[in-house]
Amino acid sequence: MQAEPYFCAHCQLPVPAGLVEEGEEQQFCCAACRTVYATLQEHGLQKFYALREKVADSPGAPAFVSGRKYQDFDHPDFLHHHVQVDGEISSIRLFVQGVHCIACVWLLEKLPQILPGVVDARLDLGRSFLELRWNSKQVPLSRIASALDRMGYTPHPMAEGEPERQRRSEIRREFLRMGVAAALALNVMAIAFALYGGYLDGMEDSYRDLFLWTSLLLTMISLCWPGRVFFRGAWTSMRTRTPHMDLPIALGLAGGFLGGMWNTWQGIGEVYFESVSILVFLLLVGRYIQKKQQHEALGSLQRLHALAPGYATRLQGELREQVPILSLRGGDRIEVLGGETIPADGVLVAGEAIVDAKILTGESKHQRLAPGAKIFAGCSHWGERIQIEVTAVGENSRVGKLLEMVQSYAQRKGQLLQMADRVAGIFTKVVVLLAVTTFVAWSWLGSAQALEHAVALLIVACPCALGLAAPLAVVAAVGRAARNGMLIKGGDVCERLAKVGVMVLDKTGTLSQGKVAVVAWEGDAITTLAVAALEQHASHPFAKAFVDLADGQMMPQAEDVRIVSGCGVEGLIEGVRYRIGSPKWMHQLGVPVEESELQSILEASLSPVVIQCRSRQGTKVWYAGIGDPLQANAAEVVSQLQQRGWQLHILSGDHPQVVVSVAKQLKLPAENCLGGLSPEEKVENIQKLCVRHSSATTPVVMVGDGWNDAAALAAADVGIAVHGSAEASLAAADVFLAEPGLGALLPLLEGSRRTVRLIRRNFAVSLAYNAVGVALAMAGLLNPLLAAVLMPLSSLTVVSLAWRTSTFPKP
Amino acid sequence: MTVLFLVLPLALLIAAAAVWGFAWAIRRGQFDDLETPSQRMLLDDDPLPPQEKRR
Repeated sequence: MQAEPYFCAHCQLPVPAGLVEEGEEQQFCCAACRTVYATLQEHGLQKFYALREKVADSPGAPAFVSGRKYQDFDHPDFLHHHVQVDGEISSIRLFVQGVHCIACVWLLEKLPQILPGVVDARLDLGRSFLELRWNSKQVPLSRIASALDRMGYTPHPMAEGEPERQRRSEIRREFLRMGVAAALALNVMAIAFALYGGYLDGMEDSYRDLFLWTSLLLTMISLCWPGRVFFRGAWTSMRTRTPHMDLPIALGLAGGFLGGMWNTWQGIGEVYFESVSILVFLLLVGRYIQKKQQHEALGSLQRLHALAPGYATRLQGELREQVPILSLRGGDRIEVLGGETIPADGVLVAGEAIVDAKILTGESKHQRLAPGAKIFAGCSHWGERIQIEVTAVGENSRVGKLLEMVQSYAQRKGQLLQMADRVAGIFTKVVVLLAVTTFVAWSWLGSAQALEHAVALLIVACPCALGLAAPLAVVAAVGRAARNGMLIKGGDVCERLAKVGVMVLDKTGTLSQGKVAVVAWEGDAITTLAVAALEQHASHPFAKAFVDLADGQMMPQAEDVRIVSGCGVEGLIEGVRYRIGSPKWMHQLGVPVEESELQSILEASLSPVVIQCRSRQGTKVWYAGIGDPLQANAAEVVSQLQQRGWQLHILSGDHPQVVVSVAKQLKLPAENCLGGLSPEEKVENIQKLCVRHSSATTPVVMVGDGWNDAAALAAADVGIAVHGSAEASLAAADVFLAEPGLGALLPLLEGSRRTVRLIRRNFAVSLAYNAVGVALAMAGLLNPLLAAVLMPLSSLTVVSLAWRTSTFPKP
Repeated sequence: MTVLFLVLPLALLIAAAAVWGFAWAIRRGQFDDLETPSQRMLLDDDPLPPQEKRR
């Protein structure tokens, strides 16, 4: 029987067979989609679906509704940190998850009509920011937040600190400079057209003077206001004796302007005001897009930070209250449910904790903690609900101290001289030399126009296209990379990654999947499903691993299920009695266990689980090995990297024995694979590698994900954070790979290589234009019109090259 | 053509006013989001004013 597939009324994905409700008009793939659909219906917002159909080309994703109350959003500490108050009107910037297209803009901006008290809602589609203004007397923020939640958008507060504000005002300043330079340049250009007319048909001196002096004035404003940045940069470059692109730029601008001013004063000779002011404009375009790209890259990483849960459940007597983590104090008692992240350092006071510390320490095995044990923020907890007495929060917690260490290393990270600046160093010397030669040679020939020619040379050699070449190539590449799920913080990262060097890999969560799974298992299909059915009732982390084995297949009904805490599960399925548990438990029960089987599982650094099936036909014993499996493509990526000449290391916080077995599987030399390292020791190892290898020729690249990797990521020449990384790692890394696994690593390296090649090609093209211009100037053939044509032409070539070349192609 | 002596400064004054307006808009954050407004204008207004909406 071929059933007609149903599609979810909200997200339009197929509805799983088990959830189809016969006879219903609307079908849903999950409870969240049903909630969102009902919410929209209730408020008469069905138009959302029509709108989305028109604009969205891809099917939606299933909705996510947390169902949280968002009490913490009304907490005074939360309001103090995130909300601006202006009289009765409060405002906040929220990062909303789940935004994908213009239909979402329509829906979210309808908020004032749905919730009385909301004054205004504006969505920034590119960044998923919702600017919200509301009357706090009429409606609390928690109501607005849970309304958003029911509409399928999970709100997160965006903590905007001083650095973010500064970056934003810097972007605004750059944009203003660019706009002002454009206005001035176009006015000067318009006047220049009148002057060009004068060349051809003649012009009365009084008009010529009017035009000349006006463009002199405008160019002066252009150099003194928006163009000032280049002179400041050049001055810094001279003072610190490090070559910088601003140096040749300032030289050309100053030469062109001063020469033109002198000629205007004298009333004879050529002026190059239009070229100077257009140069300022084009160079500021390059600067703006470069700054903008950095701003966006940092912004997207910051939005990932915002996703970390910011609340905890505080217990006061019998009362449970969700409060922001930042208002937790030492001595508070908090509750953590299974699957949640521990929000603060503390001591376990009630319940048994099963702690997964892999993101904090890199340890892949879970720890079982009894009341009285210390427990740390950043770990996640499996099992029943527990109570913790808070001992340290924020900077004093272990996570806070790690973050401090990250910041200190990030500050110490040296800036590698970028390719553009290295080129600029040589360029400046050559230009000065040629200008002097031109002047001397023409003077020697007795020409009155020697100075004129030298000035023309300075102007035409001004590396406008060169200044655009690198930023454009980088911006185009980084933009494409971002669409493929690789966030790159800056162009210098591409330059470093383009060379083959040393790559240091973290194990847990990077090379391995960072989750518990059944790795060794030889049981037949019936046993597999039976085990999965039984383990569904347990909450131990191993239980989930067994349930995953069923892979979505129908599981049989289990009866008489008994969970023996700390030992295992037993139950009856279709006449067969199953016992699943630790070897210790089996010994206690007197089940005969094959020691050699256990030994081979232990040798592979896996945790053994024994399964006994008893039925009338007899008794059978199976063995399962549970551990943290390697990423599916880890071996392939590692061998590809080695083929390309990368020297590979593993630095892990996990037990050395586990690391050795991983090294064996990946065929890596054991001496390069270290385990049991603290975060400090990881940094020490990275630093040792950095000292041994010069960052200019062999970069040291660190790939990791955990809190314990963060400082090492900051200390390495390039730090790459992978999918599922901890906050601190995101802050420390230069690149973030959004795709799970290591699959994006090779395209990242390949794309970086292409980007650097593109930068080189752009340099070559723009230098060729400069060379032609310089040759014309030396021959005394250059005039302002020719210069004004030649320069934008070279910039145009560079721009189109940058956008046409595919650096990070779609996989 | 002597009118140029009057018109050219006048034109520059107008341009200066435009630049001032531009600077004002930037300071108000109107250029912070360059993507959404270009799409938002494509959304139709509601045919019914929200008060008449049936409950």
